[in-house]
Amino acid sequence: MKNQWPLWEVFIRSQHGLAHRHVGSLHAPDATMALNNARDVYTRRNEGVSIWVVKSTDITASHPDDKAELFDPANSKVYRHPTFFPMPEEVKGL
Amino acid sequence: MYAQMVDTGSPSATSLDEREARFQSRIDDGIRVEPQDWMPDRYRKTLIRQISQHAHSEIVGQLPEGNWITRAPSLKRKAILLAKVQDEAGHGLYLYSAAETLGITRDQMVDDLHTGKAKYSSIFNYPTLTWADVGAIGWLVDGSAIMNQIPLCRCSYGPYARAMIRVCKEEAFHMRQGYDIMLALCAGTPEQKAMAQDALNRWWWPSLMMFGPPDGDSVHSAQSQAWKIKLFTNDELRQKMVDQTVPQAEHLGLVVPDPAVKWNAERGHYDYGDIDWEEFYNVVKGNGPCNRERLEVRNKAWTDGEWFRDALVAHADKQAQRLTAQAA
Repeated sequence: MKNQWPLWEVFIRSQHGLAHRHVGSLHAPDATMALNNARDVYTRRNEGVSIWVVKSTDITASHPDDKAELFDPANSKVYRHPTFFPMPEEVKGL
Repeated sequence: MYAQMVDTGSPSATSLDEREARFQSRIDDGIRVEPQDWMPDRYRKTLIRQISQHAHSEIVGQLPEGNWITRAPSLKRKAILLAKVQDEAGHGLYLYSAAETLGITRDQMVDDLHTGKAKYSSIFNYPTLTWADVGAIGWLVDGSAIMNQIPLCRCSYGPYARAMIRVCKEEAFHMRQGYDIMLALCAGTPEQKAMAQDALNRWWWPSLMMFGPPDGDSVHSAQSQAWKIKLFTNDELRQKMVDQTVPQAEHLGLVVPDPAVKWNAERGHYDYGDIDWEEFYNVVKGNGPCNRERLEVRNKAWTDGEWFRDALVAHADKQAQRLTAQAA
């Protein structure tokens, strides 16, 4: 029961040229084994063309309590969306 | 991310009751709970129990079927069964990871399973006597599992719900491969069809027991439903399973081993007979046909693999030391 293997977060790039996406996590003694295990655990059905593994302890995450402070300011800035600006219908190409 | 640093303390001055009320209203609004969010201790504990039991069931569930890998009737069936058993290992791993986000370690869970402290689904304490049992397990046991798990894809705890989505996709293959085995046997010789009937006779009742005790006797149901970690009652799910399975058995030309099974037009459901709950509790208590054997095999696999796990750690340590030495 000693020596629990470190936890790795697994990211997979799917077939269609999308960004790597978090799919889950696993334990492995080192990066090579983490990659091997990720292949067996998360890509048994052609889910991906590329795998990243990152030690969980190397990820810095925002804290849930900071959610309002971080994300609420964007709510009042609707002008960042193109639909904010009414455009004359007869003008094309906007 | 599946962070392990789960905060259980309460840094703010708000009272526990107020926090719980806010937590419940978020759940009522359909907002998912994520690992770092505050949650009531009982919610955490209930989920750890539920998810780890589920994970243990996937792991132990490999054993009855693994029994038939070397004896599958053809190379095709063997390859399919290997893939299925590998999936079960994967399901166990997704679920262990989800449970770990709640603050329990993998080692603790593995230890709880191996010492017999933790429970797993009692269905896996029944033996697989013939090849038809592999078909019946896929069809009925995985069928019941899917019935139970599909609602959990919408449960309130994010990591659990996400794990269940993957599991359900893969379970659909398990159920179909099981029914495919039953189809082949039922289209075969009279002996093969009899084998299929025998497997149905033995797996029917245990599969219905998988949904747990009747609603009146189910201890944790109400709270779990309020928390949205259980979306239907045991009896609701069991009825769905009966309704789905009886016509499937008829298609195979097999008879469900319950003379009380009859379509009830008024209810719009199949009626079915009383379940022998004494048998269920007996198996849960550890007196099923294979309880002891399952734990022995698990423990042996764990102990036999120890040298290999140790070697992997030794190798990783050596590589890390070399890197440090090079950098110095």
